Amino acid sequence: MEIGLSHYLTVAAILFTLGIFGIFLNRKNVIIILMSIELMLLAVNINLVAFSTHMGDLTGQIFALLVLTVAAAEAAIGLAILVVYFRNRGSIAVEDINLMKG
Amino acid sequence: MILATIAFYIFAAVAVVAGFLVIASRNPVHSVLFLILAFFNAAGLFVLMGAEFLALILLIIYVGAVAVLFLFVVMMLDIDFSELREGFLQYLPVGALIGLIVLMELVMVFGTWAFTPEIAAVAASPIPPLNEMSNVEAIGQVMYTQYVYFFQAAGMVLLVAMIGAIVLTLRKRPNARRQVIADQVARTKETGLEIRKVDPGQGL
Repeated sequence: MEIGLSHYLTVAAILFTLGIFGIFLNRKNVIIILMSIELMLLAVNINLVAFSTHMGDLTGQIFALLVLTVAAAEAAIGLAILVVYFRNRGSIAVEDINLMKG
Repeated sequence: MILATIAFYIFAAVAVVAGFLVIASRNPVHSVLFLILAFFNAAGLFVLMGAEFLALILLIIYVGAVAVLFLFVVMMLDIDFSELREGFLQYLPVGALIGLIVLMELVMVFGTWAFTPEIAAVAASPIPPLNEMSNVEAIGQVMYTQYVYFFQAAGMVLLVAMIGAIVLTLRKRPNARRQVIADQVARTKETGLEIRKVDPGQGL
């Protein structure tokens, strides 16, 4: 069977769903939540590249490159915040991060 | 062609299984390693699609930088990860429900549309045929001309992220005693030495 656009889109959809599922499943562990976000961004990239190559338009690949940049920046900032939070509180449980609740 | 099909199914299956193990494994170090596996297989999918440059960039950025950063943080923080797993099963039903709904919606969206035939004519930057120009060259010719502002904006994002990460994690310790070479050089005999006259038998 010929591998077409819909095959890639299905893989991307499954990966994206796994990312959402991971955020709900690991409510306490910020590191896993960040990894789930990376997984979702990867799924988005697969979508962009699949459409780009299927339609013969390079713009999608450029956009995927930009998404990659933003994902790297997000990981760096997120992990920096995590390290600072751990230094102050001695824990990374997400449920404790509600001090600013009114 | 059959080889490409087999390769696609292997890459896709391993990527999905690795993605599942990222969120399901007990040890966060294993999660990071499965994330790396998922990225490798996604890079394989990119190669199959014909985006070699993005595949290699994905490996360099994600495996070389992001995953190593994750590994550093996971191993640096001294955390009892078993207590973070509490409530894992508590959120399982609602998480599964929402995941299922999103998956169904995505499948429904994917299943119910088709391209118009004239879609190839409106491509903003058409991919040149491979025998004329490689993927890397084509991306370079588009990115540095048509999308140069986006390229600059991506650079700014990275710069801000770098400054932000440094500012966040830089720690000023007021009690730490550091060597200040300027102070050492500026020391003179008058500031460093004090002569007191001591009367005999009295002390200071």
